[in-house]
Amino acid sequence: MTDLLYSEEEEALRAAVRDLLTDHCDPAGVIARAESGAPHDPVLWKPLAEGMGLAGLLIPEELGGQGATHREAAVVLEELGRAVAPVPYLTSAVVATEALLACADEELLGLLASGRTRAALAVGLHIAPDAGFPAVRLEDGTLHGELTGIADAATADVLLVPADDGGLYAVGADAATVTGQVAFDLTRPLATVRLDGAPGRRVGDAGPAVRRALRAGAALLASEQLGLADWTLTETVRYLKERKQFNRPVGGFQALKHRLAQLWLEVVSLRAAARAAADALARDEDADVTTAVAQAYASPVAVHAAEEALQLHGGIGMTWEHPVHLYLKRAKADSIAYGTAGAHRETLAGLVDLQAP
Amino acid sequence: MTGTPLDAAGLRRRTDELLAAHPPADTDRLAFLQARFDAGLAWVHYPEGLGGLGAPRSLQAVVDARLEAAGAPDNDPRRIGIGLGMAAPTILRYGTEEQKRRFLRPLWTGEEVWCQLFSEPGAGSDLAALGTRAVREGDEWVVNGQKVWTSSAHLARWAILIARTDPDVPKHAGITYFLCDMTDPGIEVRPLRQITGEAEFNEVFLTDVRIPDSRRLGETGDGWRVAQTTLNNERVAIGGMRLPREGGMIGPVSKTWRERPELRTHDLHQRLLKLWVEAEVSRLTAERLRQQLVAGQPGPEGAGMKLAFARLNQEISGLEVELRGEEGLLYDDWTMRRPELVDFTGRDAGYRYLRSKGNSIEGGTSEVLLNIVAERVLGLPAEPRTDKDVAWKDLAR
Repeated sequence: MTDLLYSEEEEALRAAVRDLLTDHCDPAGVIARAESGAPHDPVLWKPLAEGMGLAGLLIPEELGGQGATHREAAVVLEELGRAVAPVPYLTSAVVATEALLACADEELLGLLASGRTRAALAVGLHIAPDAGFPAVRLEDGTLHGELTGIADAATADVLLVPADDGGLYAVGADAATVTGQVAFDLTRPLATVRLDGAPGRRVGDAGPAVRRALRAGAALLASEQLGLADWTLTETVRYLKERKQFNRPVGGFQALKHRLAQLWLEVVSLRAAARAAADALARDEDADVTTAVAQAYASPVAVHAAEEALQLHGGIGMTWEHPVHLYLKRAKADSIAYGTAGAHRETLAGLVDLQAP
Repeated sequence: MTGTPLDAAGLRRRTDELLAAHPPADTDRLAFLQARFDAGLAWVHYPEGLGGLGAPRSLQAVVDARLEAAGAPDNDPRRIGIGLGMAAPTILRYGTEEQKRRFLRPLWTGEEVWCQLFSEPGAGSDLAALGTRAVREGDEWVVNGQKVWTSSAHLARWAILIARTDPDVPKHAGITYFLCDMTDPGIEVRPLRQITGEAEFNEVFLTDVRIPDSRRLGETGDGWRVAQTTLNNERVAIGGMRLPREGGMIGPVSKTWRERPELRTHDLHQRLLKLWVEAEVSRLTAERLRQQLVAGQPGPEGAGMKLAFARLNQEISGLEVELRGEEGLLYDDWTMRRPELVDFTGRDAGYRYLRSKGNSIEGGTSEVLLNIVAERVLGLPAEPRTDKDVAWKDLAR
């Protein structure tokens, strides 16, 4: 039976991650880092991934991981979303890790579990779990070609690259040319990956590994989106109680109260959808439908929450200085990541037999 | 039997004793229900002597399952929902010993149906502004006024009634709660026909209705507080159901989509998938709320569920009318009827579309519920109140 609540252990994990983010991930710092050209924060990653061992949540204990489930990883992502934290957790500790779990590559999983090695799946961030994906050429045992839109490639130590022989290859980052792209989302950098005769080690079949990785990415992205929406709603409510115009708090105007109440209902609903998806993955039951439902619902809600936050903040929301734009940019980019809501609805049409005309 | 413990095993034993003493196959339905009430197995969380045993409410399921398996009759709870869900908890909390003994047993067995005389033409969302007057004459109250949206009024033996007993104080302070005899000659019940063609509800006119003071529930002037118990139980009754996937209004339209490929268009497909996702997410949200309640951590989500289901029911049924194309131009039956039970999904799409328009009005309008969420959940400032310190008789109307 689906468990949509949080256990005591999950709440304790949330509190620990939130404490860490309060100390190391304030909005002004995130904005400054986004402008620095090196958006990833190693000072945050080390205690999160190594110190708390969260990089290895999904990796079995015998390989040095925590042997936890997607439920716990989802709680971490909620908190990272609340802080728009610039760390490659979703891409490395979830998506790349799931690809390696599909390939049962114990060597790399052991390295990733420590948190000291980071990996990125070299598949464009926009690609949905059941969509096709580009591959590089395998010629004379080396890899050739260019892949674009690869999230968090710039700070990955290992790239997992699909090749045209149907294999997934582990390529050391130093053997590839990784060039940053100007990303819409300032807190999740994108890059092109160019391979000119790079050596790679085949870790398994790309098809099932990529599918599993992207499905986990899509399912748990809903928890990150929940975190984004939760922060924007909470912060907007706080601000509207404090901000006064016409000699009253603007949060007392019914037109705004109703918009916030509506948004609250969407966020509450998103929490149920995101918990259902994480729980379905953890139990490996009904995961395809639950993931498609969560993604089809989460993307518009997270974007709506960020857009409402900006509008209801008025002029201050339009400034570079106020962090709401970080949330808007992340929410909008997330609405494309691992497939749009429309792509997930199309998937769902097949899964629940509501066929197109 | 008094020594039997109040745990699941003990309740099973008491249920078996009831079944042995009154075998359902050889017992008159009413006699069985009365025996069940007297055994304390009607609502186990009620006090002893009033149909219960003072046991935990969760153990009722143990009794119900055992009785159902034995083929015992039930009290047809859908027919007497207002009595069970609203009148009973209020009488239990505020009634005198005499009132509890007189009313709860026939209420529970269904011998006496109850209705609710709260809303008025001039007091909908602002219920506390109600104007039905009750004037004290000796040991009686004389009541005059008009009530509306009263389901089961034409079947009811009794009503819970709130009326104005003091027009000279602010509106919340001058209300008193009564148990009103629906056979009083001053009561006239008229069906109120709705946009669906049928009359689920009634208008009730009260002309010099005489209510003995012994049928006042709670103190004079304390009726608003007493009514909160009734209204809170109404909200509990509306939430809390467990649905399977496609269990609500999305079920019929999905079925039509699958069975009638010739009706499909790309536009309808997109809209159907969106609504299917929203219906599934609302179902999960309701399930999460239920799990919170079971775990003893009630969340504020309840206030939101009615909002979500009202909008979804309206949009889904509206889509279904459109999907049916030429058939959407037809309606099954406009005949004026007075259904005893309302089945929201039992009739055609046109009926569902029209009936669901009421979902965002009945039991608190969506606009009022949004205010409640904004103020009680989000803590935003309350609406300005210009009526708080004004005597009821001086309010704008």
